[in-house]
Amino acid sequence: MRLERREVASGAALILAPIGAVGFTLLVSSLLVLWAGAAVGETYGLLLRGGFGSVFAVSETLTRAIPLMLTGLAATVAFKARLYNIGAEGQLYAGALAAIAVGGLHGGTGFDLPPPVLFVLMMLGAAVAGALLLLGPALMKLKLGVDEVVTTLLLNFIVLLAVSLMLDGPMKDPTAMGWPQSVALVGDLELSKLIPQTRVHTGLLWAVSLAAGLWALLKYTVPGFDIRAAGANARAAAFAGVPVTRTVVIVALLSGALAGLAGAIEVAGRTGYVTLDMSPGYGYAGIVIAMLAALHPLGVIAASVFVAGVLVGADSMSRVIGVPTYIADVIVAASLISVLVATMLTQYRIRFG
Amino acid sequence: MPDPILTLSNITKRFGSLVANDDISLRLHAGEVLALLGENGAGKSTLVSILFGHYVADAGRIEVFGKPLRTGDPKAALAAGIGMVHQHSTLADNLSVLDNVMMGSESLWRPFTRKRAARTTLAGVAQRFGLVVDPDGRVGNLSVGERQRVEILKALYRGARILILDEPTAVLTPQESEALFEVLAQMVAKGLSIIFISHKLAEVLRVSHRIAVLRGGRLVAEAGASQTTEGQLAQWMVGHAVAMPHRRPAQSVGDPVCVIREASTAIAREQLVNVSLTLNAGEIVAIAGVSGNGQVALAECLSGTRVAVSGSVELLGHAMSTQPARLVELGVARIPEDRHGVGIIGDLPVWENAVSERLRSKAFSHWSWVRRAKSRAYAQRVTAVFDVRGAGLAAPASALSGGNMQKLILGRALLHPDSQASKTVTPRLIVAHQPTWGLDIGAVAYVQQQLIAARDAGAAVLLISDDLDEVLMLGDRVAVMHAGRLSPARKTQDWSREAIGLAMAGGTETGAGDSSRETQTAGP
Repeated sequence: MRLERREVASGAALILAPIGAVGFTLLVSSLLVLWAGAAVGETYGLLLRGGFGSVFAVSETLTRAIPLMLTGLAATVAFKARLYNIGAEGQLYAGALAAIAVGGLHGGTGFDLPPPVLFVLMMLGAAVAGALLLLGPALMKLKLGVDEVVTTLLLNFIVLLAVSLMLDGPMKDPTAMGWPQSVALVGDLELSKLIPQTRVHTGLLWAVSLAAGLWALLKYTVPGFDIRAAGANARAAAFAGVPVTRTVVIVALLSGALAGLAGAIEVAGRTGYVTLDMSPGYGYAGIVIAMLAALHPLGVIAASVFVAGVLVGADSMSRVIGVPTYIADVIVAASLISVLVATMLTQYRIRFG
Repeated sequence: MPDPILTLSNITKRFGSLVANDDISLRLHAGEVLALLGENGAGKSTLVSILFGHYVADAGRIEVFGKPLRTGDPKAALAAGIGMVHQHSTLADNLSVLDNVMMGSESLWRPFTRKRAARTTLAGVAQRFGLVVDPDGRVGNLSVGERQRVEILKALYRGARILILDEPTAVLTPQESEALFEVLAQMVAKGLSIIFISHKLAEVLRVSHRIAVLRGGRLVAEAGASQTTEGQLAQWMVGHAVAMPHRRPAQSVGDPVCVIREASTAIAREQLVNVSLTLNAGEIVAIAGVSGNGQVALAECLSGTRVAVSGSVELLGHAMSTQPARLVELGVARIPEDRHGVGIIGDLPVWENAVSERLRSKAFSHWSWVRRAKSRAYAQRVTAVFDVRGAGLAAPASALSGGNMQKLILGRALLHPDSQASKTVTPRLIVAHQPTWGLDIGAVAYVQQQLIAARDAGAAVLLISDDLDEVLMLGDRVAVMHAGRLSPARKTQDWSREAIGLAMAGGTETGAGDSSRETQTAGP
């Protein structure tokens, strides 16, 4: 059995691939649902209703989609330039800490700025914190050839321990009855709600605008060309005059900043303070979303809503019937694998013998 | 005529809609050299890959020594006595010649290797065919010609009686090629048979008994070498008569455009050592040499992608810029050696590749926003003027064939955005590194004509090529590169082929004896 490259992407394959991918995902998940002893149709029905079936369900899904969108964008821009940033999780926490440092710690110090100024500083601080966290690995990759997958991945654990240190030390909330939890953000800095009586906040507008901005940057500008060229073929890009090193540094700053903003927006829009379990792996899920979106910034919007919907729907479904919420992880993982295989099959054909 | 030892019957192989081999039938007799001649993409490589078991044919049969060959299995091909020498070395650099020869032919389950027996066998084979190589020498220290000899020895050691040589002379000096041809003659005299793959007409006529010409996957002609001519073969290969450009010396040589003085680059696999060269307007300076002797470093020094650590490189009286975009603005047209890896960004569309070098100029961007309409219009002009076919402007450039890719690179380098039909803007300096490598004859003629036309319009042209015929045909002056050093550039008519071949191997006319000793004791 071997793969042969297709000269032209086959039209039939382009149509069949997504259908096949969805079918395969449903098949794999259905087997597990059956194994758990539940009815397949009912399970999917509950899952769909839980994720998208009501205003409340949609609002919960969108709330969950906001950080995913931002970490998905962070992965997208980095992967476009072949900078494999696996550290969005750590950058998210760094951004969240920075947001609290700017917008929470100064209470009662007499250092009072008008809230709009403080809000901008808070977002800026979070972006810079995330960007700086990725700058180190990017420079080590460029100057010393150190694999950024290893450095960014391991930095996640260092950052998480640093967060733990801050939550038990300088940033500890004295009123939290000993829970490792940071001081809360000043109320004026919180993002307003998009739909009253729900948790979905204006961070969604931020995330969607950033996706559109990134899409325009990549498609219409010279730096966008540089990013795509440096990722597609660094030697040829350098030959054509692309400042490859500078481009990779800019990409690192951009990607880290997006992940850092994910942390700040999560704090300002949802939690109000930092805890150690603030992100259930949003940074890693961003990688999955970027791949599902085929590294297209606008695709990231759709992919993050899909993933968030599955996660939220599974939560609500598992409360009704005895299928564990982990089915959501299986669905997301199976869909990623089948989308990748399906994409490959539009470009290659399998030959036997 | 005796029975053939190898028979290919009705071999057909499709890759999707592309028919790489279309109903090809061939015979090979004992003691015969059969040349497979054809352009890139004619189906030569596919055919021998099927023969050697890398591919499985969709239809057709192969018989070796009267028995059908099991398909899709290189081991079966080896066992049947078919040996293959690939174009690029497949030897392990860090092992000795003997280890390389033995590798793969011993059982994994045997606790000890049988080196002594292997050594005796190898010595016998080497003696029989006149292939002298030190069995204990490290392959990494051998010259390209010696490595090829080891590859041939390896095939013979495994009992090959049919030897397939894929473009064997592509990496050899003229003298090394001659030596190879003598070895082949000895092998044939001892009853072996050879399939010789090439696209060079002269050498095919020189070494083979019979010539099979492939075009577009079909066997279009088969002829005895003594019954045909270069012109006839070329016509079969291309399908129509081809007018090759003729040598036309420079009419008026102008002022120096680029002056290199005693330039050296950082120590690397490819480096320059004290290279001096002056490139004048209206003149083609051709650099001959076996590739890998510093040509890449020379081209990169003039392309803005490498700097000289000592000496100086000047363009139009100023130090050479190290920014490719700036060089392009100054009128340097660059054609890199590796069109897939350096010239083109395959995943990006054709139109972006057409403007990639000039994207930073005012013509194609404004405040960092790409002027997409202007860029596409320019790309449209490049593809129209230089006849780039096979993919639309929005298709990824990797969809282009090698020849069309090269036309795109040539077009964007030579066609200035300000050029009009009435007023053409000619580049000041053209750095063309292997510009015709791997192209079909029609495309070769086209590229060469473009270089001559640019020279006649006043451009200084540096042509780096390891095709000696091209060097002698296009060069007004010729210099030879070896081990990072460059001989003085002399008028083409002052060089003989032999002198160039000698200089390519590192010798000088006065020190010919020294050079031959040098190559033999190259290893520690």
